[in-house]
Amino acid sequence: MSGSDSTSRRALVALGRDPLAVTGGVVLVLLVVAGLAGSWLAPAGINEVDVDRMLQPPSWAHPFGTDELGRDVLSRVLVAARVSLQVGAVSVGIALLAGVTLGLFAGYYQGWLDNVLMRCMDVLFAFPVLLLAVAIVAVLGPGLSTAMVAIGVVYTPIFARVTRAGVLSVREQVFVRAAVATGASDLRIMRRHVLPNIAAPLIVQTSLSLAFAILSEAALSFLGLGVQPPEPAWGRMLYDGRGFVTDAWWLGFFPGAAIFLTVLAFNLVGDALRDVLDPRQLTVSEARRNAG
Amino acid sequence: MTNETVLSVADLTVTIGTRRGAARAVAGVDWSVRAGQTLALVGESGSGKSMSVLAATGLAPRAARVTGDVRLLGTDLATLSAAGRRRMRGRHVGFVFQDPMTSLNPVLTVGRQIGEASEVHLGLTRRAARARAIEMLELVGIPSAAERVDAYPHQLSGGMRQRAVIAMALVCKPDLLIADEPTTALDVTTQAQIVELVADLQRRLGTAVVWISHDLGVVAGLADTVAVMYGGRIVEQGTVDAVFAEPAHPYTAALLAARPDPDANVTELVTIPGTPPSPLELPKGCAFWPRCSVRGDSRCERELPPLVPVAAGHQVRTFYPRQTGEDR
Amino acid sequence: MTGESGATDVVAGLTDLAVWFPTPAGVVRAVDGVSLTVRRGETVGLVGESGSGKSTTGLALLRLVEPTAGTVQVAGQDVTRWSRRRLRRLRRRVAMVFQDPQASLDPRHTVGASIAEPLAVHRLAASGAARRDRVAELLDLVGLRRDLAERHPHELSGGQRQRVGIARALAGEPDLIVLDEPIASLDLSVQAQIMNLLRGLQRELGLTYLFIAHDLAAVEHMSDRVAVMYLGRIVESGTPAQIWREPAHPYTAALLSAVPVADPPVQRSRQRIILAGEVPSPIDPPTGCRFRTRCPQARPDCAQTDPVLVEIGSGHEAACLFAGEAVRAMRAQPVNASSP
Repeated sequence: MSGSDSTSRRALVALGRDPLAVTGGVVLVLLVVAGLAGSWLAPAGINEVDVDRMLQPPSWAHPFGTDELGRDVLSRVLVAARVSLQVGAVSVGIALLAGVTLGLFAGYYQGWLDNVLMRCMDVLFAFPVLLLAVAIVAVLGPGLSTAMVAIGVVYTPIFARVTRAGVLSVREQVFVRAAVATGASDLRIMRRHVLPNIAAPLIVQTSLSLAFAILSEAALSFLGLGVQPPEPAWGRMLYDGRGFVTDAWWLGFFPGAAIFLTVLAFNLVGDALRDVLDPRQLTVSEARRNAG
Repeated sequence: MTNETVLSVADLTVTIGTRRGAARAVAGVDWSVRAGQTLALVGESGSGKSMSVLAATGLAPRAARVTGDVRLLGTDLATLSAAGRRRMRGRHVGFVFQDPMTSLNPVLTVGRQIGEASEVHLGLTRRAARARAIEMLELVGIPSAAERVDAYPHQLSGGMRQRAVIAMALVCKPDLLIADEPTTALDVTTQAQIVELVADLQRRLGTAVVWISHDLGVVAGLADTVAVMYGGRIVEQGTVDAVFAEPAHPYTAALLAARPDPDANVTELVTIPGTPPSPLELPKGCAFWPRCSVRGDSRCERELPPLVPVAAGHQVRTFYPRQTGEDR
Repeated sequence: MTGESGATDVVAGLTDLAVWFPTPAGVVRAVDGVSLTVRRGETVGLVGESGSGKSTTGLALLRLVEPTAGTVQVAGQDVTRWSRRRLRRLRRRVAMVFQDPQASLDPRHTVGASIAEPLAVHRLAASGAARRDRVAELLDLVGLRRDLAERHPHELSGGQRQRVGIARALAGEPDLIVLDEPIASLDLSVQAQIMNLLRGLQRELGLTYLFIAHDLAAVEHMSDRVAVMYLGRIVESGTPAQIWREPAHPYTAALLSAVPVADPPVQRSRQRIILAGEVPSPIDPPTGCRFRTRCPQARPDCAQTDPVLVEIGSGHEAACLFAGEAVRAMRAQPVNASSP
């Protein structure tokens, strides 16, 4: 499709001009590199215990210092990036798939289907995010995969709502009526006309949700409900470091900074996408209307 | 007060900065309107007809750069402060726009909105302003005005809303009424009512009117003078009778001929090929040249024709004015 | 406006159609008893102001609105009760062109994709190459360059977009094209282009049109027969000449006199019939004749009897108890335009 190509190309060019988006993008690229190649990049093994080098402050040998078991914090932060990425991708993937499907059908068909689905979403939405995740983990048992499922379920209503709101406005557009008038089926209309026209808010929501999902995983791990030790995870490392705040600030600081930077990067990119994907780029006809 | 020039603009130019470069929406436009007279600005989208009026009254968008000489009741607006201009505009100019719904605040009664201007500019009390609002609603022909004064805009029909907007525009007895496509969103029979109403009020109040429209028929009935705009410039202006009876610019002539005339019974309508130019990419010489059926010579492509008189009170911007009696 | 000719050349028809919409304020009777036939190769013009039900009538021919009562026939078949699935096939037979060409084209699809949509939906092209050929052919037909197929709607002018809308309507070779205000949102210089294009295509391809517009002059120019609608009913129908020169219904006469003429001396001195008030609510239409509340010639009888369309000349019908007579009386004593 030359159409979507040119749109996305234009969006990319516009993103490249935004310094904040570029900064966010660079951080995200580094994160992905760390996630894919963290164990190779890591200067030391993540579970290399060395009681002689306990709680050493940052140095050339250990740029992020060592923890209470003498493990290299930099290595653990790097390797933990994979967990964060995985949690983000899988849980947001679940939320996206479920939320978009529910929102699309609810918004397109409206009526009782809409009522039932959206009231279910309201119930899910009514719980504080973390409380709901904790409840789900409590039922399924702690661990990385249940944490991902829990976070996915928690974020499904947001995607359902964003999708439904988009569908409700798009389905009132004349071009949808025109498609009905040509005899197109409902599925064709949803796939060819509705979804592409609500892609922009969904992409934005996805990038923002990735940030929140990573934050939620950190929180779950902090509570001991996510990744189980000795596997490294930023939230867990932050939790473990809290007892050493006064003596060894680097234990909490570096995983905390990693969470902060990742969330910030996703938010920067998400905000920039929101601006760029607005289809109302200034066109000739627009200039004409301004002058009219 | 008759024959007094209410608003005049000279060499008005409006440039709007856009992401795709500078758009010259209005270029070197001169016109004026006298008390009790109606000037019609006619043109298609992008012709600059609305922008020239908005710029003259200080309502151009922020991104617009406006140059030129604008005099309202003899006062050079450039010599006034921003607040002074606003006061002058509020007191002496009334506006009616195309969509009455966007001119009215949906959460205030029409009475409050009509009365507000008279409180601000005439110093009336709330109570006096309300009485004035009822008086204005009666003036614009809204039945049972004493009740309608408390209605909200959504409780009125489209035609009634436009009447309320006209009441709002005229409440301070302005010297000038700007009507920007005021009947375009209305039905034909309602349009006829509004046109009659404005003409009647003008006779009674002696207001000068600048009427912006793309509808040549409406303009024919109410204008004294008409300026036809194309690509940001006036291409023809004069008395309405002269311009309509003897259009000298190929564009004006083609526009007049493009309307189907049920009495003529033609199969093929006269058309102008192509579309009006964007203010972002105006042709170099005569803006109409690429669509022109006359296309005299290469001069049209290179050089901007000056606005020259063809008869008393009738000017045209073309190297090849049409001769009187020539077939359309 | 029921045709007396044989059923063979009737492309589409409506019989006593009613379309009512429930709203919180009450039931809106958008269309309330309309009969209409469209024969092969002709243009039927439907003219009226907002709230007259003209657009809803057009939508009913595609079954894009649910009829409350009456029947819809297309190509000799009663499609009033057809299922959603069957209706998709009907929509190859009846195509539609919308008022706002910008809004009616999906901004994310190329011009080529929009034009090809009916071909894809109804499987009218054997291969991708065949589809591209057909799109190129359709672009030629509507006078657009072939390379525009790769463009997006926002890169086109209003007139070009409407040409795309027409090409899309032609793609499925429909029996009838419903043109819903096809020129209303275009610049004046472009309106004539589109009207010429539509008439040229009709001559070339033998098309049948239902031309819906509020612009009386355009409807007269385009149509073989004209029906004037007011508040959900047809109040008068006939040839363009009959409607323009000898209107028999007071509403038609008022509408005609309200159409501005681009001739200053004529426009200033015309006898005008300025209607009082506005169109009543279609939720609670007046008893008897629906126009009586605004009719300068309304008489006591008009509140009692609901007039039906009566033939008053060859192919000329009006729904007025005093058809002809009322218009003559109105024109004898026109409302003085300058009186308050």
